Amino acid sequence: MLGPSTTWYLAVAAVLFGIGTTGVILRRSPLIVLLSLEIMLNASNLALVGFSRHFASVDGQVFAISVMAVAAAEVCVGLGLIVAFTRRKMALDVDTLTELRG
Amino acid sequence: MGNFLVWVIWIGAALACISTAVAVISFTNPFYSALALIGNLASLAVLFLLASAEFVAAAQILVYAGAVMVMFLFVIAYLGGRADAPWAGGPRWLQLGAFVVGAAIMIEVIVALVTAADGGLADSAEISRSFGSPAEIGRLFLTDHLLAFEITSIVLLVAAVGGVVLGMKSSAEDDA
Repeated sequence: MLGPSTTWYLAVAAVLFGIGTTGVILRRSPLIVLLSLEIMLNASNLALVGFSRHFASVDGQVFAISVMAVAAAEVCVGLGLIVAFTRRKMALDVDTLTELRG
Repeated sequence: MGNFLVWVIWIGAALACISTAVAVISFTNPFYSALALIGNLASLAVLFLLASAEFVAAAQILVYAGAVMVMFLFVIAYLGGRADAPWAGGPRWLQLGAFVVGAAIMIEVIVALVTAADGGLADSAEISRSFGSPAEIGRLFLTDHLLAFEITSIVLLVAAVGGVVLGMKSSAEDDA
């Protein structure tokens, strides 16, 4: 295999996942939280593709494409929620969005 | 020579990937964050290409960097450029805690990988020329992974319906 071995792919995936986790915990705007979630999903995609190359099995790439479809669905619902929040003049802050709390 | 070139491109793409990811979570303007995420997705597509996942790389550019990010930018433009400080509000220990948790998860993943791999990931299997081609992925989707394929279509349909329902005007809005 030309270039780096699978371990390098996994290392980059782990770093990306950590950065995404930090973003989800740290940021308050739900928009940036969604963007950070995309980073986490892409980190898992990178690991899937790396393993698929390592074991010479295309199944990993099939999973990666399924993850992409699920991410698109998640973005669709998430952005719909954010637009609904804005139309109800609710603050876009994950700390103040407590309407559903019992 | 070819190997050296692959290494250079790979390291460049990996560094671009990590730096744009840091940019996404540290920009105050969500518009810049979304633009940085496009760079992140594009450099990830380069990494996918170097792992002989041509179709996944193309789908990444088309679906993610294209369609999904256009949706993001559209919503951000609709909401107006409201800047929000990366870690505005909240006590100081909360910000520190976020970094600690992020670093802890990263270290945990790396340790788990290192102990699980244990040198077994050094040499990877040989691949044929058609590895990762659209034909092969399509064949797998319609044979071995048919159920996942059908469930994905249902998930997308439900998400589309959910988006429409969330966007509908409700009577509760009038008194809100």
